[in-house]
Amino acid sequence: MKRLLITSILMAAAAGVSAQKTTAEGIAEYRRMIADGNPAELFEAKGEELWKQKRGPKNASLEQCDLGQGPGKVKGAFVQLPRFFADTGKVQDLESRLLTCMQTLQGFDAAAIAKTPFGRDEQKNIESLVAYISGESRGMRFSLPQGHSEEKTMYEVGKRAFFYRGGPYDFSCASCHGEDGKRIRLQDLPNLTGNPGDGVGFAAWPAYRVGNGQLWGMQRRLNDCFRQQRFPYPGYASEVTIALGVYMGVNAKGAESIAPGLKR
Amino acid sequence: MADPMRIRAQAAGDKTTVRVLMGHEMETGQRKDSSGKLIPAWYIQQVTAQLNGKTVMTAQWGPAVSKNPFLQFVVKGGKAGDKVTVMWEDNKGDKRSDDATVS
Repeated sequence: MKRLLITSILMAAAAGVSAQKTTAEGIAEYRRMIADGNPAELFEAKGEELWKQKRGPKNASLEQCDLGQGPGKVKGAFVQLPRFFADTGKVQDLESRLLTCMQTLQGFDAAAIAKTPFGRDEQKNIESLVAYISGESRGMRFSLPQGHSEEKTMYEVGKRAFFYRGGPYDFSCASCHGEDGKRIRLQDLPNLTGNPGDGVGFAAWPAYRVGNGQLWGMQRRLNDCFRQQRFPYPGYASEVTIALGVYMGVNAKGAESIAPGLKR
Repeated sequence: MADPMRIRAQAAGDKTTVRVLMGHEMETGQRKDSSGKLIPAWYIQQVTAQLNGKTVMTAQWGPAVSKNPFLQFVVKGGKAGDKVTVMWEDNKGDKRSDDATVS
């Protein structure tokens, strides 16, 4: 009888431990469950179509767009962005590079697209394009080039922006993403001052958000981070967002990209 | 025309597992837009699945199903090379039908 009691106490204790599943484990389990059905795939399929489709005032496709690996090379391009592009003389991330291609190849007005609210018109198409392009580098590891002086400058600018405190709450990116083991409510926050690991932080975006059914690229992610800090929007494809992309991307060197990811 | 579905079907033993991802807004009719007007309901009502042309599952859906729904079901029988067809019809009468081959 006594032994039975001890066994049942032990069992109850074990059940108590397993019930205290961390949110991270909960999310990981949820991801496994839905791994075969990430709706980002729908965006990927649409993006591939858009990439090959003749559109815009010049009625051209994006197939000659140079994402850093040469014209039309999509595979592996995402894990080396943002990088310096000689033709524009700027460091560009995926989305600002797409704007350049849409303007030069297809004849769209890049400035007008950058001003379009997220999720509308051409911005909606960019969502699908980033899903497709990032998906072509799924499973590859981040390795941003840092050979050009502009790329090094952008890294330093990004680092400053990351630690820059301001706004009504005196927030910086580093307030939430500067240490290990922090969280907002039950959401674990990656430490972006280093490599947070495979498929975490920079390596998990673009991502499909189940809660609102939207696919967010890095630009939307960053602009929303600024909103949460109560900063004004830095703007789509603005230099500070690209600099932050360089900072996070270089820090994430060697991390495996799972993009397009899945978020709650 | 609605966006294509993504269908995967895999046979294991005497069962075939079918996974379907559908692209649909699934608007409930309860939400309001930025100007305060109700967004009209728009959702999938009828789902039909066929294995080699024979109906193996029908489902009636409502506005509670999420946007871009994911559907998984298991069919008895089915082997590699069989054809799986999934069809849906929404409350506006829009239809979509896609095929996949069992692997």
